[in-house]
Amino acid sequence: MTVIVKKTTQLIAGIIFLYGIYIILHGHLTPGGGFAGGVILAGSFILLILAWGSDFLHLVREEQGSTLYENLAILVVLFLALSGLLAGVNVFFANWLPHGTPGELLSAGILPLYNIFVGIEVAASILTIFLALIIFKEEVLK
Amino acid sequence: MTVYLLCFILFLTGLYGVITRRNLIKIAISLSVMEFSTFLFLALVGYREGGVAPIVDTADPVKTYVDPLPQALVLTAIVIGLATTAMLMAVIIRIYRKYGTFDIREIKNLRG
Amino acid sequence: MMNPLIPLLVAIPLAGAFLTMIVGRFITGIPRYMALTTLLATAFISFWLLLAGEASPSVYIAGGWEPVNGVPIGIHLVHDGFSGLVLCIISLIGLLSVIYSISYMAWYTSENFFYALFCLMIAGMNGVVLSGDIFNIFVFLEISAISSYALVAFGVEKNELEATLKYQVLGAVASFMILFAITFIYWSAKTLNIADIRSAFSTGDRGSHYVLIQVLLLTGFGLKAAIIPFHAWLPDAHSSAPSPISAMLSGVLIKAVGIYVIIRLFFNMFVITEGMSVLIATLGALSMAAGVFLAIGQWDIKRLLAYHSISQMGYVIMSAGIGMTLMARGIRPDVAALAITGGIFHMVNHAAFKGLLFLNAGAIEYSVGTRDLHEMGGLAKSMPVTSATSFAASLSISGIPPFNGFFSKLIIIVAAVMGRFYLLAALAALVSIITLASFMKFQRYAFYNREPDNIRKEIKEVPAPMLLSMITLAVVCLLLSLLALPGVRDSVLTPATEILMDQMKYSSQITGI
Repeated sequence: MTVIVKKTTQLIAGIIFLYGIYIILHGHLTPGGGFAGGVILAGSFILLILAWGSDFLHLVREEQGSTLYENLAILVVLFLALSGLLAGVNVFFANWLPHGTPGELLSAGILPLYNIFVGIEVAASILTIFLALIIFKEEVLK
Repeated sequence: MTVYLLCFILFLTGLYGVITRRNLIKIAISLSVMEFSTFLFLALVGYREGGVAPIVDTADPVKTYVDPLPQALVLTAIVIGLATTAMLMAVIIRIYRKYGTFDIREIKNLRG
Repeated sequence: MMNPLIPLLVAIPLAGAFLTMIVGRFITGIPRYMALTTLLATAFISFWLLLAGEASPSVYIAGGWEPVNGVPIGIHLVHDGFSGLVLCIISLIGLLSVIYSISYMAWYTSENFFYALFCLMIAGMNGVVLSGDIFNIFVFLEISAISSYALVAFGVEKNELEATLKYQVLGAVASFMILFAITFIYWSAKTLNIADIRSAFSTGDRGSHYVLIQVLLLTGFGLKAAIIPFHAWLPDAHSSAPSPISAMLSGVLIKAVGIYVIIRLFFNMFVITEGMSVLIATLGALSMAAGVFLAIGQWDIKRLLAYHSISQMGYVIMSAGIGMTLMARGIRPDVAALAITGGIFHMVNHAAFKGLLFLNAGAIEYSVGTRDLHEMGGLAKSMPVTSATSFAASLSISGIPPFNGFFSKLIIIVAAVMGRFYLLAALAALVSIITLASFMKFQRYAFYNREPDNIRKEIKEVPAPMLLSMITLAVVCLLLSLLALPGVRDSVLTPATEILMDQMKYSSQITGI
């Protein structure tokens, strides 16, 4: 890619990343949430990879890292769901944290935590899918 | 009523594509058409005339809201559709590597 | 008080799958034991829930969202007699397949992916069976379907890829039909909970697209269950997968995501109509007959077994259809109960003997290196245990006493005669005879024929873990005959039949009205 594309993506990627985080954090207040924000987060990474390119070995290493993050995030989500069974009121998926005032950023109990980890999970898994397909393509071209 | 019928026609278009196309990529695209016609139908089922986004407003609690449940269902189904499409694409790339073609007529090892 | 073991049946395999992915990356050799532990835990819980015999059905509401004014709003997990039985099949065959895989999967690489996908498939099937909510059935169905697509393609060779492509395209079409039907249901009933939909449908106004919903759902789940007009993917997918996965797909998956859901929805969600019941019985009889005729000409062991799966599933669908027809006409409820009991019993039996037969086929492939019946023979001398267990399974599937298949087929045929479906009864008996002939061919060519001359290597019996799971399943095949005894039947099969027969019990227990 040309220098113009590289520089522009460098500038934009950070803003897209921040926007994804905003969407995730306000998931319980506005439309959006973990999934939409996670896709935006993954989009910023994918943009950088597309613009800057990457050699094969580097891609494989990145894919391993994103798989690890994906698995960890989904385990945390599962643990949060089980935490309702263990600590709170003995109900799977219970929202046992204090609910706070509706409309504020720190409210809705456990939901923001779910949103954050679902966001990480979605970002990592979409990045993994993208990297896996690129790696397959490189293998075919060889 | 017309919009619902159009969704059904879109669904059948996708089905027609899956049945008649010979190229694997086109089959995958037809499957996506089917998928999105279903999502469109789900979103339309939740629509209310003059409804607004279902965010509860403390100042004016008695508004007409659109039904939020189909939207949640669509989001879940989109995630599932993403996984299905990604899986199908991965298999298609692998098939291209083994058979060297996207033409479904030439992929016929298994018979009977 | 809700029973906290019910959500654990889904949570434990999910956690097992993702822990396997993480731990298996750093320590090789451990994933098999993690999968084994996971399956042991689920098997323990499901047998405990079945045998504890508490109030049936027991409902678990995720998130604690209690019903408001009798309208259920949360996600319901329902454990009753029927789902408890299917859960036991899933975890038993799953556990034995994992034990079998310990030596069988040494052929393949990426062990951690295999066991992670296996646990994910178990989680999806447990979820489908437990869910009391039609959209969750769809979600869990997709979890198990996507992991089974990947498992069928695990060898990544030409045949596997082609089989998984067919399976995926037809599976995706089926999924979107199911989703379309779910949308229609939400449109006309304004709810997604199965019990609540039932009460909406039974109070008169069913909407104008009631039949369309039924046909879409029957097509969708029929594609997943490989009933005969929709069976094209099954022989390819089931014969190309690694053998423990074939045993899971044929023994469990088509039942849990196909037959179970069809029976559950058509008995407990829709109001039974005669036209639909006759259609289901006809489809069942058709796949019973056509499956066995397609199986006769096969020389690939696993393809032969796959076609027999279609045929045996036909028995289950047909007997459910007979029960539905009698219930729709409102006559002979005792015969309807007998037919449904026979169907459920045959479903349980089929899991045991078809799982065992696929494990035997895997053992033959492991030792001899081929699946073609022409290229083997005389294996009874070199592989005595495989020969004996597959003999037991063959007798069982062809309906020879004292094995389990005899009793379930007997119940089905007796029920068909008592319900005056003489043609179906005769067809069932005829198919059973052809099945026997087909399995005599399998036994003769694989185990008793003269060895072919061009045999290259010394054929040895398979390693101990594979033998262990095959022997266990053979014993299970014998023990399942005990379910036909009156005392045992009352405690295991009768609760399952009752929940399906009693028109309003399921929905009234859950909505709490």
